[in-house]
Amino acid sequence: MAKISIDLSPLQKASAWKPAEVVFWLLPVIAFFLFPKSLALLSQIAITALFALSLDLILGYAGIISLGHAAFFGLGAYAAGLLAKYGWGDPLLGLAGAAVLATAAGFISSFLVLRGSDLTRLMVTLGVSMMLYEAANKATDFTGGVDGLQGVEMKPLLGEFTFDLYGKTAYWYSLIVLFLMFWLARRLVQSPFGHSLRGIKQNVKRMPAIGTPVHGRLVAVYTIGAGYAGVAGALLTQTTQFVSLDVMSFSRSAELLLILVLGGTGSLYGALIGTAVFMAAQHYLSGINPQYWQFWLGAALVLIVLFARDGIMGFLNRLPALAAKKRGD
Amino acid sequence: MTIVFDGLASGMLLFLISVGLSVTLGLMNFVNLAHGAFAMLGGYACVVFLSRFGLPFLLAAPLAAVVAAIAGVVLERTLYRRLYASSHLDQVLFSIGLIFMAISSAHYLFGAQQQPIFLPDFLRGQINLPGLDIGIYRLFLIAVGLSLAYGLQWMVSKTSFGAKLRAAVDNPRAARGLGINVDRIFTLTFALGSALAGLGGALGIEMLGLDPAFPVKYIVYFLIVVAVGGSGNIKGSLMASLMLGLFDVIGKYYLPQVGAFVIYAVMVVMLILKPQGLFGRMAAK
Amino acid sequence: MAPVLQTRNLTKRFGGFAACSDVSLSVEQGARHALIGPNGAGKTTLINLLTGFLEPSAGEVLLKGETVTRLGQHQRVKRGLVRTFQINQLFAEMTVLESVTLSVCERLGLGWSWWKPVGSHGAAVDEAAELLDTLRLLDVAHEKTRNLAYGKQRLIEIALALASKPQVLLLDEPAAGVPTGESRELFETIGRLPRDVTILLIEHDMNLVFRFAERITVMVGGAMLTEDVPEAIANDRRVKEVYLGEALDG
Repeated sequence: MAKISIDLSPLQKASAWKPAEVVFWLLPVIAFFLFPKSLALLSQIAITALFALSLDLILGYAGIISLGHAAFFGLGAYAAGLLAKYGWGDPLLGLAGAAVLATAAGFISSFLVLRGSDLTRLMVTLGVSMMLYEAANKATDFTGGVDGLQGVEMKPLLGEFTFDLYGKTAYWYSLIVLFLMFWLARRLVQSPFGHSLRGIKQNVKRMPAIGTPVHGRLVAVYTIGAGYAGVAGALLTQTTQFVSLDVMSFSRSAELLLILVLGGTGSLYGALIGTAVFMAAQHYLSGINPQYWQFWLGAALVLIVLFARDGIMGFLNRLPALAAKKRGD
Repeated sequence: MTIVFDGLASGMLLFLISVGLSVTLGLMNFVNLAHGAFAMLGGYACVVFLSRFGLPFLLAAPLAAVVAAIAGVVLERTLYRRLYASSHLDQVLFSIGLIFMAISSAHYLFGAQQQPIFLPDFLRGQINLPGLDIGIYRLFLIAVGLSLAYGLQWMVSKTSFGAKLRAAVDNPRAARGLGINVDRIFTLTFALGSALAGLGGALGIEMLGLDPAFPVKYIVYFLIVVAVGGSGNIKGSLMASLMLGLFDVIGKYYLPQVGAFVIYAVMVVMLILKPQGLFGRMAAK
Repeated sequence: MAPVLQTRNLTKRFGGFAACSDVSLSVEQGARHALIGPNGAGKTTLINLLTGFLEPSAGEVLLKGETVTRLGQHQRVKRGLVRTFQINQLFAEMTVLESVTLSVCERLGLGWSWWKPVGSHGAAVDEAAELLDTLRLLDVAHEKTRNLAYGKQRLIEIALALASKPQVLLLDEPAAGVPTGESRELFETIGRLPRDVTILLIEHDMNLVFRFAERITVMVGGAMLTEDVPEAIANDRRVKEVYLGEALDG
């Protein structure tokens, strides 16, 4: 073997956990003790973060545009809700059921979605999600329609931990599921599979020429992303014990896109940070006035697209360079 | 038969509103999901002209179109134009941002309720034929729609503006080389599309309703018109709109439990089978 | 010797226009074969047909005696038919080492592996680093592709192809846009490739072609005009008329 004269460790060690990451994951633990009265909001953040992660996998890493990702979130939410309503109230069983259903739906619809150009994908994802929304809206016997799905009763988690009024169980449950799925996603994006997704996003023309079956990879990641979204939806149902029709709505898909560009696409932590910032802002601003919030939300989106396309993570990544420049001056 | 007539009339409205989107999306390749917001603006402008200023309906509706056109020009000049070369994702995000702003502004200014519309006497009532009740307003809508479609078709295929537009869209660089002011053509086209949307919004209050959720409620319908009609194709848009209007009205009448599901399904199937649209791409063919 | 890459009556029509008509090309094992012809002769169309980027209207492509006409691009790559692009097709946001490792991973069949991080696939990383070493790219291994000079990027274009361990390498104007001094170096690099790699080269620069190729096929107007050793091509009257004449004038 030829002797390689450079240090390969930047690539070899790229996947090691960094101290900043450990600190980051301590924050939600600290938050539990600091904000015991806001556990419901914190759970929502964890769930939405998982949802954002799922879109990040398909959009941020593989570059598949979706305007209807809430479809899978909604499927998971209804699946978990219906399972619990009809007697299978075990949370983990519900989670698994929702994951299976959403994954299957993702797999099947991937063949529709992945056929066309960006524009066709946009319209097909939107169309599919609207179909499901409309189906849920009209199948009132089944879903409760606009009134929402009532009567979701959850059994204790692992037979031990009941979902308490303060949301403690709900919070730890959501957080742990989020962490585990984040950990899986982290492995995924750093693996050769994950790198091939980045390759597809950066240059889809080159990939077949290095031997990559592009379509198969995209089907795979779209399916995985759908499964993730389904789990997030199921978590929301289980922790709130209710499913409202808007789990599938267009605005949920649109807000998710906003969260992702706010945090920075193509970065797992971007999805998490984007969610936290968004949800916190929503909580405080919409408390003042919901319309006011929506207006500034729209304005923020316009400004981000025009001026800060790489989001919060982009800013954080540029910080060291900025600091160095300042020191230089 | 009355239902058919209703369907055609609502199809005409869809055509007026969507034809501008067909041009921006199909010819200028800009995904402007906020297109419905211009229609909504036209609708509210019309309501204000009618109730606040007491203008006659036939004056208020064109003025509403002018308002939408002005808004179109201002936004195109300041914001949209920066994103012509951006990815579709950026355009989508940007226009969703505009939708949110439009919805909340409408909410703030006019409240969440449906806006009432009072048509002038001569547009009310029906013509009763044996077996067919024709609403005069429906008839009016169809007449306006047809004449505008004809006018547009003539403009794109016969006038020098149309020729310049086609050149600018086909190959902006070459068009610039020929001394065509591409920026101005795009601005004018955008304004025209917004004006038609505004007019459609104003005329449509009676049939489609008007509330702050308007831009989202009908977004899929507009996209279907573009998807089925073939982008940038005026005749195709007209046919697609009429078909959609018919299906929608008839479906809601006979199969209310299925609702809009069929419409969405049709769109998805269309996109997959014929991504170029039933009537193909290209302007004015 | 048996041809390693062969086409039989390969034809591609766009509407009524035949970009490539009835081409029966034969490339010997280990050849240094060049494909030349004036602009619009159909060279790039032919490459696109060979690699499966385009589907032929008629005719067949054979690799090592087996037809690959219906196979997708990535399946042909797996069988050893690899190309480079006339216009760089690189991964702008990846480092050079990451890009080449990506290509190596695909060849090693690791593309679906999703558990272990890229960096832990030691064999793949080492192989990528060795390849960079032979192409003298090692000093920029950790630079992002988009930050590199064009000449270096042109080398990465070739590195990505070599990482697939081609048996037949299609080079589509590898020196396009590269300054003369650097293009010589580039061709020295290509010249050092082992003989078990068959090379089919498309190139505009006649000096480079005649220095490198041992066999030359001339295409005109989508069809093959002639094929021979360089000396014969240089003296071929028809070739001079359609091609060299214009080049020599210029």
